[in-house]
Amino acid sequence: MMKTRTRMVAVAAGCVAAASAVCLIASNRGAGVYAQALASHQLPQSHDGNVVVQSCDGSTTVEIPGLKPGQQMAHEQAVEFTRGLMAEWQRKHPDQHWIMAQAETGSEAQAPSQPGEGGAKGPEDTAGPGAAASTALKSQQGDTYASFHERDYKIWKAQTDAFVEQGNQTFHSAQALGSTIGVSCDMCHPNAANTHPETYPKYQEQLQRVALLRDMINWCIENPVKGVTLSPDDSRMRALEAYILAQRNGVPLAYGKH
Amino acid sequence: MAARHKGVETKYYEARDGVLRALRNCDRRTFLRISAATMGAVLAKGLMPPHTFQLVEVAGASTAPEIGKGFAGQGASGERPFTFAYISDAHLYERTLNQRFVRAIVKAVDDVNALDPQPDFVLYGGDLAQLGEPSQLELGRQILMGLKAPVKMMVGEHDWFLDLGEKWQELFGPPTYSFDWKGVHVVVLQSVYEADFWTARKMTAEERMQTVAGLDNAVQSRFEVGDKQREWLKNDLAKVPATTPIVVFSHSPLYKYYRNWNFWTEDADEVQAILKPYERVTVIHGHTHQMLFNQIDNISFYGMLSTAWPWPYAPEGLPKLTVQMNRADPFDQFDGCGDGQATTSAEGVVDKIYNLWDRNPVTVKASYLRSFGKVDRPPEPQFASY
Repeated sequence: MMKTRTRMVAVAAGCVAAASAVCLIASNRGAGVYAQALASHQLPQSHDGNVVVQSCDGSTTVEIPGLKPGQQMAHEQAVEFTRGLMAEWQRKHPDQHWIMAQAETGSEAQAPSQPGEGGAKGPEDTAGPGAAASTALKSQQGDTYASFHERDYKIWKAQTDAFVEQGNQTFHSAQALGSTIGVSCDMCHPNAANTHPETYPKYQEQLQRVALLRDMINWCIENPVKGVTLSPDDSRMRALEAYILAQRNGVPLAYGKH
Repeated sequence: MAARHKGVETKYYEARDGVLRALRNCDRRTFLRISAATMGAVLAKGLMPPHTFQLVEVAGASTAPEIGKGFAGQGASGERPFTFAYISDAHLYERTLNQRFVRAIVKAVDDVNALDPQPDFVLYGGDLAQLGEPSQLELGRQILMGLKAPVKMMVGEHDWFLDLGEKWQELFGPPTYSFDWKGVHVVVLQSVYEADFWTARKMTAEERMQTVAGLDNAVQSRFEVGDKQREWLKNDLAKVPATTPIVVFSHSPLYKYYRNWNFWTEDADEVQAILKPYERVTVIHGHTHQMLFNQIDNISFYGMLSTAWPWPYAPEGLPKLTVQMNRADPFDQFDGCGDGQATTSAEGVVDKIYNLWDRNPVTVKASYLRSFGKVDRPPEPQFASY
């Protein structure tokens, strides 16, 4: 079941990712929080307590008669239902040009375009610029990533930069950090200088154990900042890590370095 | 986190809270027992009790030395050498909000008061307040009144940009002045003027202050001494012979170190040109919170330490002559911070001692800078910046 669903999602992702990413931008921007947990979708309840499966567009669903939560479905049955789900999606989007990636192998239309610089980077074009004519032949085609285009990379970069920006705001705000004494990270670490995230994990003598960057962030929040430590999946912690790492773009990793 | 790892300061606060809680509900006999045990522990460790328990409320203005009024004219010429001390960059919030920075400047005041003999004067290097609030400046003034030696005040951007210097000047007088002291001509500048970036952005005074208070934003303008003050400096120096040693205090470094953090004075080259005819010029500046020194032509530059926090060295532009201080230990509030003294030699050049708290002091001699690093190189750090 999982295997089948994963494959289907992967194929559909190429076409749906752009649309759903735009949706995420719209909804998150309104709330002003980029660092929130991943989006989740509400599944309709089955009257009979059956499993309901949803496609990755977040709205198309199908109920599987007789399958209760926790039960396994036979492979053939899984294929049948996921095909049904796909068909339903196509029925709802008759104008959507659907590309079966495998069928397009070798086609020039599938060559990934170069993403913009900085932030999220797409796969390298090993053929290099100016070799477009031979790219189709030389580079592997037809897999999931090869079906992404410039627009996708732009969206991903915007999302990543917004996430880093959220960290930037938190890093510079005593209030957002929950400081009780008006202290924010940037007061000692302008541009996150001297946070050296590339050196973690490393043995932190003062803590008497191996520390990750987030341990040091929490140490700073608890001690000089005099706030309350953040859980690892707290949106502020995630954003702070994103900002700090982004400031050291290009610095070689050197874990354990003192 | 699974385990709780606390800093010295956090543990200290918890211990203090515990003691105070215990004291609140104990009888006289128990109180005496706690006191005796506390003193015993202190003696056993060979420690003096931490500063916070002795936070001294300074007496009123009538008995304290006047701050910022200066003593120009008191110094007879030709009496070099002499020593002055400095305290800088305390970044005070209200006492009720933040004890940490209060504790640090009080420690510096204690340091300076313990000097024997006392320095001729104490230069306060700017950024007394964190956000320019009158209450912050008044608290700083009250603490500095505890100094035994006369105090000379300099303004920093954190003192200035809430009300554009109104409260600071009310408390301490004009930000630009000069005086002669034992044969040295001393100039104090306001080097942190900024071109108006706030009106067009419709910023409130608080937003303006908050923007200037951050190093790493591209919104604010660069520091400058400005046309008017440079003109004042020319006039002030017009009557000073080229052989007279000159000491200039400025909050920002009067050279170009790192623009993005305003470790920088936009018209530094023009100011240096005004100082060029003088054989022995020393510039002592705040703002950079680190051991920092430089020599440009005839001018020796020294940065001052902060009492509040150390700043990392900038990613580029560090003067070649600077020997970095060891990386600060974030687990020690005072590490990388401190105060300092400077002594003018018979020739009128200045040796400077970086009194780094919890470390050995580092002396940087004028001979090191004036020889462009050929002699008297200060000790190297074990751990420089990442």
